[in-house]
Amino acid sequence: MAATVEQIERKTLGKVRPHQTQNEGLVFEKSAAGKRGYKLPPLDVPEVDAKAALGPAYRVEKAGLPELSEIEIIRHFTRLSTWNYAIDLGMYPLGSCTMKYNPRVNEYVARIEGLADAHPYRPESLAQGVLEVIDLLQRCLIEITGMDTITLQPAAGAHGEFTGILLVRAWHESRGNARRKIIIPDSAHGTNPATAAICGYQVENLKSNAQGGIDLEALERQVDEDTAALMLTNPSTLGVFENEIHKIADILHAKGALLYMDGANMNALVGKVRPGDFGVDVMHLNLHKTFSTPHGGGGPGSGPVACKKFLEPFLPTPVLVKKDGELHWEYNRPQTVGRVRAFYGNTGMFIRALAYILANGPDGLRQTTEDAVLNANYIRKNLEDLYELPYKTPSMHEVVFSDKRQAAKGVKTGDIAKRLIDYGFHPYTVSFPLIVHGALMIEPTESESLEELDLFIEAMRSIAKEVEESPDLVKSAPHSTRVSRLDEVQAARKPVLRWRHENK
Amino acid sequence: MRYLPKSPAEREQMLKAIGAQAIDDLFAIIPAEYRLTRDLDVPRQQGESEIVSYFKAAGQKNATDYASFLGAGCYRHYRPVVIDSLVQRGEFLTSYTPYQAEITQGTLQAIFEFQTMIAELTGMDVANASMYDGSTGAAEAMLMAMRVTGRQKAVVASTVHPEYREVLATYLRYRDLPTAEIGYVADTGRVDLEALAAAVTEETAAVLVQSPNFFGVIEDIPAIAEIAHKKGALLIVSIAEAISLGIVRPPVEADIVSMEAQSFGVALSYGGPFCGVIAAKEQYLRQMPGRLAGQTVDGDGNRGFVLTLSTREQHIRREKATSNICTNQALVALMATIFLTVYGKEGVRELAEHNLAKAAYTAKALSAQPGAKLLFKDSPRFHEFVLQTQEPAEQWTQRLLDEKIVGGLGLGRWYPELKNATLWCATEVIARETIDHAAKVLAAAPVEA
Repeated sequence: MAATVEQIERKTLGKVRPHQTQNEGLVFEKSAAGKRGYKLPPLDVPEVDAKAALGPAYRVEKAGLPELSEIEIIRHFTRLSTWNYAIDLGMYPLGSCTMKYNPRVNEYVARIEGLADAHPYRPESLAQGVLEVIDLLQRCLIEITGMDTITLQPAAGAHGEFTGILLVRAWHESRGNARRKIIIPDSAHGTNPATAAICGYQVENLKSNAQGGIDLEALERQVDEDTAALMLTNPSTLGVFENEIHKIADILHAKGALLYMDGANMNALVGKVRPGDFGVDVMHLNLHKTFSTPHGGGGPGSGPVACKKFLEPFLPTPVLVKKDGELHWEYNRPQTVGRVRAFYGNTGMFIRALAYILANGPDGLRQTTEDAVLNANYIRKNLEDLYELPYKTPSMHEVVFSDKRQAAKGVKTGDIAKRLIDYGFHPYTVSFPLIVHGALMIEPTESESLEELDLFIEAMRSIAKEVEESPDLVKSAPHSTRVSRLDEVQAARKPVLRWRHENK
Repeated sequence: MRYLPKSPAEREQMLKAIGAQAIDDLFAIIPAEYRLTRDLDVPRQQGESEIVSYFKAAGQKNATDYASFLGAGCYRHYRPVVIDSLVQRGEFLTSYTPYQAEITQGTLQAIFEFQTMIAELTGMDVANASMYDGSTGAAEAMLMAMRVTGRQKAVVASTVHPEYREVLATYLRYRDLPTAEIGYVADTGRVDLEALAAAVTEETAAVLVQSPNFFGVIEDIPAIAEIAHKKGALLIVSIAEAISLGIVRPPVEADIVSMEAQSFGVALSYGGPFCGVIAAKEQYLRQMPGRLAGQTVDGDGNRGFVLTLSTREQHIRREKATSNICTNQALVALMATIFLTVYGKEGVRELAEHNLAKAAYTAKALSAQPGAKLLFKDSPRFHEFVLQTQEPAEQWTQRLLDEKIVGGLGLGRWYPELKNATLWCATEVIARETIDHAAKVLAAAPVEA
C-alpha cells in the first residue's frame, strides 16, 4: 500500500509534479527574547515619562508579540506563501469569483508617491490628482454599466449590496412607503438575503424555472405593492443570461418595485451589453472580480454602486462634484442614506481598476468578455459527455455541471474538487448554486490559454475515469498537498482561534 | 491585448470545437435590442508606460512635498520595506478566500497569527480575520451587541470619530434602533460619565466609546465599563489608532473591541483599503461577524488551519447570518501581521513611546505660541491633541500651506462649539525641525485682543 502512495506522489499528474514545501511553525514559536527585526532612528525630541504622562492608562505589561530578526520574518512568510495556490500558479476556476490575472502594473501604480501616501483629509486643492483618478474611474464605470451615476464608497460586494438596498429603501420612503419585502431567486448568493435582512426587509424566495432562470409567471404572482425590489444576478449563478430581462423589469416597475442587479457576473457582459440598457435600476460591481484587483486571500475588495438618476439624491455622502474646474466632495445632501464607511472607499483599489481599464481600452474590454465566454463554452463542450449538465441553456462566462453520474459511484462534487488539486488546479466552486444538487461551478475567466484549458479538461476527464475505476482514490484526495483533509468538525466543536503563550 | 493569452487562430479553433460560427453566436441569448453595437466610450487602450505616466502625473498633481500633521483616524507611520516585498508574492496576492484549506494553509496560518496578535494587543480572548475598516467594524460590533443582549438601544459617545458615528447611524437607520449620543466634559475632552450613567438603561444593548478618542484623549475605560455593566449593557471600545496599544493599557473591561489596524503598516491611500477587526470575550464568539481561522488536524494528525464556525456566515445562514460580510481585508490584515512581527513585543512599545514624545513636544511647541491654547490639557493623551487659537484656523492653516505644511484638522465642521480648534497628530515620522517650523509660522500670527 505504501508503495502505491509513493507512486501516486511521484507521478506527474496533469500539469504538476509534487514539489517539496518546507515545514514552518507559528511565528510565536520562532520568537526569542532579544531578537529584533527593526531599528528606530534616535528620538530627536525629549523623551516622555510614559508612566507619569498616562497614569492609570499606562500599559504595564507589553503585548505578547513575537520577536524575530528580519531574515526569519522573510523566511517565515515566504514559506507560508508556498503553501498557497494562486492565479500566478495556474487556473483558478472558482465560479462566481472571477479569478482573473491581476496585472502587476496595477500594484506598481497603486504605490506611486502622491497617491499611496495621500491623507484623506488633506485639502482638496492638494488632492486634485487622486480626485481626477476617482472621477475618471467613475465615468468609465458609468459608461460600462449604462447607468447614470455611481458611488465608489462600498468596501466590497456585500457592502455594495447593502448600499444599493439602502438606496432602494430611501427612494421608497421618499414616496411614503418603505415597503416590506425583497424577492430573491433561490439561485442567489448568500449575501443577497443577508443584505436584505440587515436593511430591515423580509426575504421572499423566488423559485427558478425549469431552465434555471426567473419564472416570469411566479414573479408576476409574487410582486405586489409590498415588494421593494428584486435582487437579480445576471447572468445568473448558472452562468445563464436572463433573456427576458426586460419583462422582469417591466413586471417590477408596473408595481412600483425596483430591479437590483448583483454585478458579480459582470465579466460576462462588459462591452457587449449594459445593465442600464436592459432595465436595471441599481447594481453593484466587484472591482476585485471584473476589474482585476487582487483577491489577496479574501480581500480587500471594492463594491461600487451604480444607479439611475432618480436614485442619485440618496447616494452616500460625500459625492464627488466638479465646480469651476476643480473636483470637490459635496456633503450637503439632505436625502442621503448617510455614510457607509469612513472616508471615500478603497481608493487603492480604484487606482488598480482604472489601470486595468486603461490597459484594455474599449477593444480590450470587449475581447476580454468574449474570451471569458469562449473559455467557459470550450470547457462545457469538452466535458458535457462525462459530467451531467443539469441546465442545457447556453452558458455565458461560467458553466455549472452536477455530480449526478459520479455520485452514483459514491463520489461527490467535493471529492472531485479535492482530486483536482492533485492535478495542479484550484477547485471550481463546490455545491453552489444551491438549485443544482452537487454542483460543479466552473468559471475559467479570460486569463486561461488554450494549453491551460486543455490541461484542465484532461484533468477533469481523467478524474471522471478514476471515479469509474478507483473511486476511493478520488474520495481520499488530495494526495499531494502538505496537509491531507482537515478535521473541520473538530475545529468548530472545540474552537482554537489563537495561539497561547502557555502552549510554548 | 497583452493580458489575453490567445492567438486569433486559437480563438477560431476553439469556436470550431464548440460548433459556433462566430463569437457572437455565444451571445445570441442576449436580446438584440440590448446588445452594444458600438465601442464603449472609455479611454483607448494604453501601453504600460503610458499608464505609469498617467498615475505618476496624478501623484505629482497631488503635491508630494508637504509635511503633514493630519491624523483623525488615518495615521502616517513608517512602513517597513519587507511588508510590500512579502504581500506582493503572488501566492498571497492572487489567492482567493481560503475555502480550500489544503492549498491555502499559508493564508490560513497567517490569519491565525493575526487573530492571536490582535487578541494579545487588545486584551480580548478572540479576534476575527478582519472587517472592512474601523467605522464598519464599530457598526457591526453594535449589531453584535444587540444580538448578544437582545436589546435594541445604542449609547454612543460624541468623542467617537464623527465619520464612524455617521456609519453607525446608517447601519441602524432602517432597523428602527434608537441611538443616544453622550457629550464630553469641556475641561477634559472625556466622555461625560454622569450623562452616560443617566442614559444607560435596561434597554441599552451597548455603550460605544473610542479610546484614544477623536480628540486624542484616553477615556476612563474602567469607569465607563462599570456604568455599562451595571445595567447589563455591553461595552464596545473602538480604537482608531492601533499603535496606541503599545503604551496605552488595553481595554480589558470591554466586551467587544473594534479596531482600525491601518497604523500597522498600511498606506494612507486616501482613506482605504484599511483593516478593521473585531475582538471580543470568548462567550460572544458565536455572535461575531466575519471569518475566523481555527486550528485543527489533518488525517495524519498534522496541525493545520481551516475557516471555522461558518454557520454564523451568509453563505450558510443566508438571511439569518450574523452579517452579510463576505470579502474582508485579508491582504491588509497580512500587512498588519508582518508589521507586528517586524516591530514585535519591544518595537511596538518603543514606537509608541516615540509617538508619545513627538506629540508631547509638538503640543508644547504650538501651544506656547501667542493666542494658542492646548485644550483638554490635563487629560492623558497619545499622539493627538486639540489646539485652540484666537486667530481663525483658516488663516494660519493657509500660512502653513504656503510653507508646505498641512496643519491640524479643523474641528468646527463636527463640533460647532470648538471654534478655531484644530486636531493635530504627530507620529514618529515627523521631524523636530518640521515641528519647530510649524510653531514659528503659528507665532507669526497677528496677535489680536
